[in-house]
Amino acid sequence: MDIAVIIENLPLYFEGLWITIQLVVMALALGLGLAIPMGVLAASRNPLIAGLPKAYIYFFRGTPLLVQAFLIYAGAGQFEAVRESFLWLVLKEAYWCALIAFALNTAAYTAEILRGAIEQTHFGEIEAARACGMSRGLMLRRIILPSAFRRALPAYGNEVIFMLHGSVVAGVITVVDLFGAAKIVNSRHFVPFESFIAAGVFYLCMTFLIVWVFKLAEHRWHAHLRPRET
Amino acid sequence: MFDLHGYFPLILDGMKLTVGVALLSLAIAMVLGMLGALAKLSKSKTARLAAGVYTTIIRGVPDLVLMTLIFFGGQIAVNNIGDALGWDYVDVDPFTAGFLSIGFIFGAYMTETFRGAIMAVPRGEIEAGQAYGMTPVQCFLRITLPQMVRHALPGFGNNWLVLAKATALVSVIGLHDMVYNAQLAGGSTRQPFTFLLVVALLFLVITAVSDVGLRWANRRYSVGVRRA
Repeated sequence: MDIAVIIENLPLYFEGLWITIQLVVMALALGLGLAIPMGVLAASRNPLIAGLPKAYIYFFRGTPLLVQAFLIYAGAGQFEAVRESFLWLVLKEAYWCALIAFALNTAAYTAEILRGAIEQTHFGEIEAARACGMSRGLMLRRIILPSAFRRALPAYGNEVIFMLHGSVVAGVITVVDLFGAAKIVNSRHFVPFESFIAAGVFYLCMTFLIVWVFKLAEHRWHAHLRPRET
Repeated sequence: MFDLHGYFPLILDGMKLTVGVALLSLAIAMVLGMLGALAKLSKSKTARLAAGVYTTIIRGVPDLVLMTLIFFGGQIAVNNIGDALGWDYVDVDPFTAGFLSIGFIFGAYMTETFRGAIMAVPRGEIEAGQAYGMTPVQCFLRITLPQMVRHALPGFGNNWLVLAKATALVSVIGLHDMVYNAQLAGGSTRQPFTFLLVVALLFLVITAVSDVGLRWANRRYSVGVRRA
């Protein structure tokens, strides 16, 4: 083990870490924004409304994130209409392609989690809301979504970890994220063990951090499920 | 849109490799998962600790990082051992590195699935088996194993679907799977989108076929379970 190489390259690792954090946080925010309406629509009993979001969820959950990222990064340039439009300014950059792929991917997984949570809403709660004369929108905002978010919390914690782990795909399509930094260190100094183990340690720490944050969140939002203190 | 310029057989060759890697990894993951689950439930503190470290680290680090570590690092490790034992230079081929590392990674996920499934078998049935004088091995093979399958199936199915998609990563370490071949074909025809879309659809075929199989297995192993 040659730790000196890693210490010497720590700035590169931290730059990569920063890119990874940017991509993951932005993808999660965009993905959640897309997932909320999609999850609500997919939970609809009307197949005409649920069909499209369900097909979207099926495609993005059934194919590898790597293929999705390649489709956007390498695939978009196939179409002349794309190359000549303003979109090309965005789509020729690996960074933005990775962000788009991650956001679309996590949106599908999050929508599926939300759909499950919404469908599990207790019928009594919905009947009570109707009896109070709430409109559909008000019921969704005050009754269904708050309780669905609580039920979705543990599964969403896992999804956040999967997104972090999936973000290595950015390193494959030439973005210098944490994994990309490890690849550079390995190819410059030929130290596969040290370079990838260092990246692994960073990822492990971030995973533990996410687990800890979600534990706090569950403590806060699942307070009503905690055993009573005597 | 789907004019493949005669490259479809190349993609199908890649698909065969993808499925092969996935099935071999699955076999390894199941063996490791079973061992890990038994270790986690064993009375030995060392075994529990070892299994705990295995699942925590593997599930905390991205699969591609582990795969590149095993692929590049494994090459050096094997030859360091080889030097000490006086072997010739051993070349770790990406196929072996690929399925070994995917199997090793998903063994950790299978450990958790199998552990839960073993715990779901009622304790009284094992005690009954012991009362009949069955050895621990007989108890496991006759009572625990047949019944845990039902409890393990949903988690197992999820793990398998994630594993099948993870095989796409072997293209990164240079294996000629369908993602790699699609990039080749896409590059030479200047139609990367078309070929990658075909690969995405083939992954959906794998998912759909697995779904049918898993549903069948679920029915088969839930015979005699009462449902409300």
